[in-house]
Amino acid sequence: MQKMSYTFSFPEEVLEHVFSFIEGERDRNAISLVCKSWYEIERWCRRKVFVGNCYAVSPVMVIKRFPEVRSIALKGKPHFADFNLVPEGWGGYVCPWIAAMACAFPWLEEIRLKRMVITDDSLELIAKSFKNFKVLVLTSCEGFTTDGLAAIAANCRNLKELDLQESEVDDLSSGHWLSHFPDSYTSLVSLNISCLGNEVSLSALERLLGRCPNLQTLRLNRAVPLDRLPNLLSRCPQLVELGTGVYSTEMRPEVFSNLEAAFSGCKQLKSLSGFWDVLPSYLPAVYPICSRLTSLNLSYAIIQSSDLIKLISQCPNLLRLWVLDYIEDAGLYTLAASCKDLRELRVFPSDPFGLEPNVALTEKGLVSVSEGCPKLQSVLYFCRQMSNAALHTIARNRPNLTRFRLCIIEPRTPDYLTLDPLDSGFGAIVEHCKDLQRLSLSGLLTDRVFEYIGTYGKKLEMLSVAFAGDSDLGLHHVLSGCDNLRKLEIRDCPFGDKPLLANAAKLETMRSLWMSTCSVSYGACKRLGQKMPRLNVEVIDERGPPDSRPDNCPVEKLYIYRTIAGPRLDMPGFVWTMEDDSSLRIE
Amino acid sequence: MGSYETELKATELRLGLPGSDEPQEKRSCSGSVVRSSNKRSSPESSVEESRCKTNVNSDVSDITTTSDHDQDTVQPAKVQVVGWPPIRSFRKNSLQQKKVEQVDGNGMYVKVSMAGAPYLRKIDLKVYKSYPELLMALQNLFKCTFGEYSEREGYNGSEYAPTYEDKDGDWMLVGDVPWNMFVSSCKRLRIIKGSEAKGLGCL
Repeated sequence: MQKMSYTFSFPEEVLEHVFSFIEGERDRNAISLVCKSWYEIERWCRRKVFVGNCYAVSPVMVIKRFPEVRSIALKGKPHFADFNLVPEGWGGYVCPWIAAMACAFPWLEEIRLKRMVITDDSLELIAKSFKNFKVLVLTSCEGFTTDGLAAIAANCRNLKELDLQESEVDDLSSGHWLSHFPDSYTSLVSLNISCLGNEVSLSALERLLGRCPNLQTLRLNRAVPLDRLPNLLSRCPQLVELGTGVYSTEMRPEVFSNLEAAFSGCKQLKSLSGFWDVLPSYLPAVYPICSRLTSLNLSYAIIQSSDLIKLISQCPNLLRLWVLDYIEDAGLYTLAASCKDLRELRVFPSDPFGLEPNVALTEKGLVSVSEGCPKLQSVLYFCRQMSNAALHTIARNRPNLTRFRLCIIEPRTPDYLTLDPLDSGFGAIVEHCKDLQRLSLSGLLTDRVFEYIGTYGKKLEMLSVAFAGDSDLGLHHVLSGCDNLRKLEIRDCPFGDKPLLANAAKLETMRSLWMSTCSVSYGACKRLGQKMPRLNVEVIDERGPPDSRPDNCPVEKLYIYRTIAGPRLDMPGFVWTMEDDSSLRIE
Repeated sequence: MGSYETELKATELRLGLPGSDEPQEKRSCSGSVVRSSNKRSSPESSVEESRCKTNVNSDVSDITTTSDHDQDTVQPAKVQVVGWPPIRSFRKNSLQQKKVEQVDGNGMYVKVSMAGAPYLRKIDLKVYKSYPELLMALQNLFKCTFGEYSEREGYNGSEYAPTYEDKDGDWMLVGDVPWNMFVSSCKRLRIIKGSEAKGLGCL
């Protein structure tokens, strides 16, 4: 067999220039695998790094491979931490990353963190170390106070984006941290403080808005009174995205007309959110701009269906709607009829812990939207009843769905019409929606549904399972069938040792696996840890050391993730990493 | 073994719709009560026990809130499960009227009903410091007005009046007793029409 060899002698600069057009990290990773010289060139010109699991790699490794990074994104805790399933103190500390990058990346411009713990010290270090710092996004983070924000405000002269989405911030300074932005600071483009509990200094905010002509996104917190909103808006009429504060006040005609005028004055406004404590009589103030709206987040707004209908029927260009289940089926019929471009719908429960339904929202609303909105791709839907027939209809109507998350509020609820499990309905979803990337299951489900998922869910990347399945077979179907699975999270399912050990190699192709309140034994965890050195098998157990119980005792929680950084060193007392063969414990 | 099964049944999550028995049978056939201790010989704690512990330690334990005083159904008190339904804390907190600290299940959240309203509301009594605050909130919530309160005549000259059910199960007019006493004895609220209120006012 003749061996063909080609020698390319493109100058490096040319290749680098070509690579600079390629931003997506998957493409970049692909480039780096072509040959050694491409690997070398690529790593020197990679500017953006995404680390989906902060424990999969160490800061030193990232810095060593990519010396010229300008933008980094890190994710910490597993997704189920959002629902209090990960005990406090589990980890996700960003401090070592900031410390390492402060030395290595003096030109770092962007830090985006999700579910990580960040302290004021780290914020101060960021503020002092990166002269050209531009973007700080902290999504669902915690551990810091407004003092840290003050440091950012005071020192980051080129800051463009400060986004604290749903983070837990200790609000110490009564809003004075905002005043730390110097008068010379004018580069703000995006500010999201919607999670802050206390008032911010409104006068400082007004001055800030007035001197930042490029401001496009402003998400206020609940404490900003409605009657101050027109004044704020008048300082930034170029706004594209707005989150209001509390949306009620004494009913006074001049407040209404000021508000209406202020909204109308924002000719670029496309996205609205906020609307806490809505007084419905103030809703019409947004009517003049409804036709421009592409995104509407009313998920904190207690608005009755009739008012929602009036609002939504005026928003024909809506692409995204987040709303509480007060919208009811009737409101969803209107949505289906009015918003033909809709891509994403999220319906949240207004009374998730109530025993009886408090609103007239059923599967019919979702079916209607699936019929009426041909571009619908992404669904998150909380409801109390579902049927296989409805799911079949939805699947056939919308084969273009990429994200389908259904939460039937009562665990193990069967098809309300036939009392069957909902296996066939979800089966239809995975079968028809060939590009489905994300799926969350609920209701009464047997191993059958997992057989469907393993057979048809070939593009599935993330799967969330709760209170489902009968036996080990369920998990085995998923692990052996879903070729593109990256994240799997399971709670309260009867899955045990066998499918894990049989599919151990699969786990290295995934980012992570979470299992809590299942039937995986401590012994199996140990074996998995021994067998797979490039996996961290973490046992989370608040009952005390798993060694104090028999090997066949199931663990409370299990978090398995692939890593090239070895076991982590910052584990709290209730987390144990299963050692690999190189460091077996001696009894 | 028999008593164990009974215990097990007590910790089962409710299955299916209220009142339907068949799903429960189905479930036991399909064996989803699978984490039976047959497999586990551990004396320490079975998964069921740890699950029980998890339920008890639930940070949203509100076991007595609704069902004890719910006259409409005879459902057993619902044991709440940690992290279910899957809603972020931020969103859970925002569902309340104002951002306050979670209290334990001592009945601070009370149902509020009004004749003619399609559904009930819930409010957290702990949020309010006095009657005027509470009354203002109720009037906003249900778009109604209460008249001037007087000890003699109750809420005179108004379309609606606020009443509450106290610990003894009696319906009382809101405003008669000191605020703190009211908060500790109020189990649920009901907004009644003025015509009904006159009856209460004449004692």
